[in-house]
Amino acid sequence: MKIAVCMKQVPTYSEGNMDARTGLMIRSGLESVVNVYDMAALETALQIREKMQGTIDVYTMGPGRAVQVLREAYAYGANQGFLVSDEAFGGADVLATSYTLMQAVKSQGEYDLILCGKQTTDGDTGLVSGALAKWLEMPHVTGITKLMEVTPNEITLEQMLERHNISLKIGYPCLLAVDRSIFAPRMPSLKLRMGGKKKPVISIALKDLPDKNACHYGQAGSATKVRSIFPPERTKQQTVANMDGKEAAAYIFEKIQKLRG
Amino acid sequence: MQINGWSGILVYLEMQDNGIADVSLELIGKAAELSGEGRKEIFAVGIGNHSPVLEKQLQDYPLDAVYLYQIAEEFQADIYEEAVIACIHKLKPAIVLFGGTMQGRALAPRVAVAFATGVTADCTQLLVDEDNQLVQIRPAFGGNIMASIVTEKSRPQIATVRPGIFSYLEPVNHKKIAIQEKRWESSKPRVTVLDKRVAVWETGIGQQELLVAAGRGVKKKEDLNMLRELAGLLGGKLASSRALVEKGWMEPEEQIGLSGITVAPRCMLTFGVSGTLQFMAGMKNTGNIIAVDTNPNANIFEIAHYPVCADLYEVIPKLIQLIKDVIAI
Repeated sequence: MKIAVCMKQVPTYSEGNMDARTGLMIRSGLESVVNVYDMAALETALQIREKMQGTIDVYTMGPGRAVQVLREAYAYGANQGFLVSDEAFGGADVLATSYTLMQAVKSQGEYDLILCGKQTTDGDTGLVSGALAKWLEMPHVTGITKLMEVTPNEITLEQMLERHNISLKIGYPCLLAVDRSIFAPRMPSLKLRMGGKKKPVISIALKDLPDKNACHYGQAGSATKVRSIFPPERTKQQTVANMDGKEAAAYIFEKIQKLRG
Repeated sequence: MQINGWSGILVYLEMQDNGIADVSLELIGKAAELSGEGRKEIFAVGIGNHSPVLEKQLQDYPLDAVYLYQIAEEFQADIYEEAVIACIHKLKPAIVLFGGTMQGRALAPRVAVAFATGVTADCTQLLVDEDNQLVQIRPAFGGNIMASIVTEKSRPQIATVRPGIFSYLEPVNHKKIAIQEKRWESSKPRVTVLDKRVAVWETGIGQQELLVAAGRGVKKKEDLNMLRELAGLLGGKLASSRALVEKGWMEPEEQIGLSGITVAPRCMLTFGVSGTLQFMAGMKNTGNIIAVDTNPNANIFEIAHYPVCADLYEVIPKLIQLIKDVIAI
């Protein structure tokens, strides 16, 4: 089975910054980590590979230093890492990001299964997985909380919707967006980590994609544009009470009692 | 793409217990506001069966047309999208609104790609500017800044909105609307639903009268025990900001915020929550907010009804003791 996993490098803190002039993310100067939700997607891929024969390809889209995501994925046992990186890819919205990922994935042939995390902690839309599935003309299922069974023809899963838990099976090819609760990531292997440092990473730039028209990527290929950014509206602020622990406890206790009538 | 010729607003109706989910009615309310007192048409598209409940719900709202598609399959984004896409081709709406639910968030990006257009997730404000552009406002990057986002050159302009962000439109007994029904046969059912069970959502953080919310100010996972004890003593539940979910200390279904669950309890006590925009957007309708944080300039203090600058590690044990003393009497 051929499995692809999409993973993203994000700033350590969710409270990233944006350039007030361009409305784009400032990535410099912030420590970066692998988006925590994507680790569950990678672990799901590893679990599936243990049950079936197969390979795991990891795709990450970002600046050159996003290669760290692939080194990390190698430490967990990914077979091949692809760094999707080009100046033309910067500033992409949901439409352009998903298009770029589709082009990158397609440049490597057909996959049986594509795995994504629930969302990223920076862009925070949770929409790229569905858009990627549509570009690839695949069905997709979100909110996967359990992997029940994998066979060569189909995969049985549990999905959590707002009010229902659903057991379902789906044939290949398909895209799955997994919840973080599906699997806790395993401990990375020291041996694989050491080996992964030397293991080659495949770079995919604009020139390597089937569609080489730069207008379809990055900011140029995005349908949405950040018109402005602004601080949130301030509501009428109450005076902040400065108290020690005992005073504060008594104050809160009194407020709760009053609120409960 | 030509953007002329696209007008009106289409709302995706999400079905729930034979009727329409609250979030869809909230979107119809917003659509009515955006339509400029009926100058633009408002349409709705849903997938489900005609029922008296649904007809009664719909006839009270200012809708110009409702399209109801009957599909044999349970929800599958790649099948339901076919009906929604067909409806968009027919109506050419300038704006399409989806609830920020599991269904809406699975459908919206697929529909956006089908029309090579933009989609903005989890908007907290929507307005139409003088150039007839939909201005989609949302917190950016989970941070403390809002962004106005526009879809200038393509149509439709697609946005999702989480439940509880917009207020519910009071029924106005508008007029009787013709519901146009159609069966939709899909050639490609790829998902087989084996079992569907009602989840225990009644016990979730969205259904509580009182919540205790833990934030980044909590230093160790074990420290959550005292917050959980406090929540229990007060007859409520412990919830948290995203930071603690990312650390793996709390479950995703316990996360308050735009990327978690929107809550509006009667009372919330926050401890060590700084108050990112994405957190506050998910709880701003809370009746009474008592916020405790050591930073006197914490954002949460701007919306708290009772902002308290104090150390949660000093406050909580004493507060628990006070409550226990009362129970003992």
